Amino acid sequence: MNTNSLVSIDDISRDEILDLLERARFFEEHPNHRILQGKVVATLFFEPSTRTRLSFETAVNRLGGRIIGFSDASTTSSSKGETLKDTIKMVSNYVDLIIMRHYLEGAARYATEVTDTPVINAGDGANQHPSQTMLDLYSIYKTQGTLENLTITMVGDLKYGRTVHSLLMAMRFFNPTFRFVACNELRMPKEYRDFCDANGIRYTEHTEFDSEVLADTDILYMTRVQRERFSDIMEYERVKNLYTLRNDMLEDTKPTLRVLHPLPRVNEIDRDVDDNPKAYYFEQARNGLFARQAIICKALGIDIYKEANV
Amino acid sequence: MKENKKELAVAALRAGTVIDRVPCNMLFKAVRILGIEQMTNNVTIGNNLSSHRLGTKGIIKVADMEFAEDVLNRIALIAPNAKINIIRDYEVAEKRRVTLPDEIVGIVRCDNPKCISNNEPMRSRFTVIDRDDVTIRCHYCGHTVKAGDANID
Repeated sequence: MNTNSLVSIDDISRDEILDLLERARFFEEHPNHRILQGKVVATLFFEPSTRTRLSFETAVNRLGGRIIGFSDASTTSSSKGETLKDTIKMVSNYVDLIIMRHYLEGAARYATEVTDTPVINAGDGANQHPSQTMLDLYSIYKTQGTLENLTITMVGDLKYGRTVHSLLMAMRFFNPTFRFVACNELRMPKEYRDFCDANGIRYTEHTEFDSEVLADTDILYMTRVQRERFSDIMEYERVKNLYTLRNDMLEDTKPTLRVLHPLPRVNEIDRDVDDNPKAYYFEQARNGLFARQAIICKALGIDIYKEANV
Repeated sequence: MKENKKELAVAALRAGTVIDRVPCNMLFKAVRILGIEQMTNNVTIGNNLSSHRLGTKGIIKVADMEFAEDVLNRIALIAPNAKINIIRDYEVAEKRRVTLPDEIVGIVRCDNPKCISNNEPMRSRFTVIDRDDVTIRCHYCGHTVKAGDANID
């Protein structure tokens, strides 16, 4: 039975989330520990994703593990028609852990069913990307000192943005209040609004992105509005600049507010926000390293405190 | 005599299975789920028959065949109120209801073209998330669908 895998953020409990955050904090304090010495990790990227792959591979390298893998499926047997099952079974013979990214939804779940080697989902199509959610949670936890009772404002593409959906689901344990800011075409889908209702999560919806909605915000989570998401290109032209964060909008906000963004950013955050102490998106990406170190050790069943002798 | 003709519309079986109270628009899906198209048994299929409860209904009679319970339960997906009569020697030997299983393996094709289950040689898997209006969720990609709208393989 494949139990150490991490496929979806919904699979892990409140305690497991908090435990992972503690481990991430540990790795931030001690990023270089050779606790993966003698371990081989496969990074199977059936779809290119430089940012995620580099972050995972850095995490393994800093812990002294070895990496095999590929960053583009066109150079592998899957381009010859090999099934995912066969690729996973073959790689399982060689490694202690599989980190995989795939363009098909549910690919990581299926992989856990064909191997006993633990699998970490590094993104499966539009479906799940749990390590992104863990780094978001860690960034929130680190900047606010807690995950409890926070007001989180999400802006931009709330319809297709998988990061906002996963973050919303993971926050269900921590009594959040959400402000959803989006145009009608990219509004938070009904299933997630229903999810909020079913879990007693408070939320409000807005089409205007202004300082009013930011007044009581603790975390401002910005996302990219992509042209290809629109069925009507005129609608895109109309809204593309309405959901841009300008530096002056942050003036009257809480001093503890932090701006998060999963990156890459295009023009939804003005460049002059970068120097504002409330901008946190570059540090956020750095936190991904620690969150992923924590996830990798958990998947391998490593007691980091014992291994690191602290 | 008139009464008799009415009865003949759904002729009696010597032995076999009668699947009754199938909603008319689901009848052919039920036929497909049970794999009746591949059978060589004597099969009678009736549709738009009048029914006290449903107004109209569909009915399937398969001679000399008793289905396994888990096979019959598959049609709970589309005909949750179907009634099963097992006939032996012209008598109703057993009456059964169908029960929706918690998990449906195979049968339904996920309607998300980017779902792994549509791109690998593998069986689909759905979990029932709402028994009242029979909504199922793909175990792999998470897409949900009402069973009545589901793509039956």
